[in-house]
Amino acid sequence: MSFMQVTTDLFTGFYENLIIFFVTLLGAIPLGLLITFGSMSRFRPIQWLTKTFIWVIRGTPLMLQLFVVLYIPGLLFGVPMRSRMTAALVAFIINYSAYFSEIFRGGIESISKGQYEAGQVLGMTKTQVFFKVVLLQVVKRIVPPMGNEIITLVKDTSLARVIAIAELIMAAERYAGKGYIWPLFYTGVFFLVFNGLLTLLFGFIEKKLDFYKG
Amino acid sequence: MPVLEVLNIHKQFGKTEVLKGIDFQMDEGQVVSVIGSSGSGKTTLLRCITGLETADCGKITVGGRTTFDSTDNRKLTKAEKRENQLCTGLVFQSFNLFPQYTVLRNVTLAKELLVKEECKQQKCPRNEMKARISEIEETAKQIIDSVGLSDKLANYPCELSGGQQQRVAIARALMLSPKVLCFDEPTSALDPEITGEVLSVIRKLADEGRTMLIVTHEMGFAHEVSNEVVFMSDGVIAERGTPDEVFDHPKNARLQEFLSATLRA
Ligand SMILES: Nc1ncnc2c1ncn2[C@@H]1O[C@H](COP(=O)(O)OP(=O)(O)OP(=O)(O)O)[C@@H](O)[C@H]1O
Ligand SMILES: [Mg+2]
Repeated sequence: MSFMQVTTDLFTGFYENLIIFFVTLLGAIPLGLLITFGSMSRFRPIQWLTKTFIWVIRGTPLMLQLFVVLYIPGLLFGVPMRSRMTAALVAFIINYSAYFSEIFRGGIESISKGQYEAGQVLGMTKTQVFFKVVLLQVVKRIVPPMGNEIITLVKDTSLARVIAIAELIMAAERYAGKGYIWPLFYTGVFFLVFNGLLTLLFGFIEKKLDFYKG
Repeated sequence: MPVLEVLNIHKQFGKTEVLKGIDFQMDEGQVVSVIGSSGSGKTTLLRCITGLETADCGKITVGGRTTFDSTDNRKLTKAEKRENQLCTGLVFQSFNLFPQYTVLRNVTLAKELLVKEECKQQKCPRNEMKARISEIEETAKQIIDSVGLSDKLANYPCELSGGQQQRVAIARALMLSPKVLCFDEPTSALDPEITGEVLSVIRKLADEGRTMLIVTHEMGFAHEVSNEVVFMSDGVIAERGTPDEVFDHPKNARLQEFLSATLRA
């Protein structure tokens, strides 16, 4: 059992983590935005519904949500989840959209009323005010908390192994079963390197947005 | 014909009645100052006139166009709303510049969006749109120059002093050539030693014949720059007249009290 062999095997596992990571980002950001608008809606029932959704999703473990998404369709509707990966992606997207939506809401609500009013008295439409005045300011404010959450997501992808997705840590566990512990520790390097790259990326974005203060 | 006509404006927040029937009008080129103690409803009045707040009752006409009428229940189209909005301009106490844009961009943005939309509607050719946009930039530069900030075109608001920021805010409002320009305590957020630069810009606008409605606590300035002074007290106009009448021969007891209190301060 060579180092190269282990590395290749772990990469195969890490590939699953990466899929979960990128697809979750792609799905949870737009869904999160939708939930944000729901939770800020002036229509009470929608607001109530989204707030309850956020409460449930944030109030229960992601691990449990993975099981629920995997088993509930079969138990309740008689249509079992065909692919465990699909179940994982659905659970991750739902879970992270709840967290993202709260970050988005915080960002949007942190923009002073004066910005909207200034836009309005200058004759801009609500859409123009949102896209031309507010959006970039919101983005600037949410980059740090989003960076945090996204780095957490990288590590959370390993939870997928509870529904038997052969991700990185599971790949290493197979070696542990054969008496080799070190590949398990080696997985840390994968997370560290990937999160290091993300940290650099977020640092870069923060710097790009640092051309103004406030 | 008056350029601004405010008729019987009432405004209530929950159970508190803030405006209890405001009537006044001003003519083209006039400068009217609004004074009054804190909580008397000055800001609320300006916000009703500039459309940031919807009055409960009454009518507002700007330059012959009715921008608000509580008896008219018709739903306004987007275009009508915008047209109404552009009749008035407002300079805020807290400037409210857009922090991510340069001084020039702060001034051009709204006008540019407006022109782009117009061009799209009229399907005018690209180069015509470009010409009109560069025209906007030229106008903006002139206006910024007139408030004395031509050397700050490329600076961001965070790089400017409060006085400079407020002058940019004035330029930004002027860019849309409102028929009535409103100011809500334009110098209250500034250090005393730099209020002068903002006041002198407003003074210059008055000399140019701009129609302006100014809520202010600067009594000396109001006295000097206004054609008329309005004293608000508890949601009504308690007294109005020329600066000499209001400041030197106040009749209303509340006004006398207010003036002696501010003079003592
Ligand atoms: N959005 C609001 N909701 C509830 N009450 C409000 C609101 N805006 C203003 N008020 C109340 O209306 C009254 C008048 O407020 P307004 O801001 O118009 O006074 P003002 O004359 O501008 O005072 P100041 O000189 O302190 O600026 C105050 O009692 C205030 O608490
Ligand atoms: Mg006020």
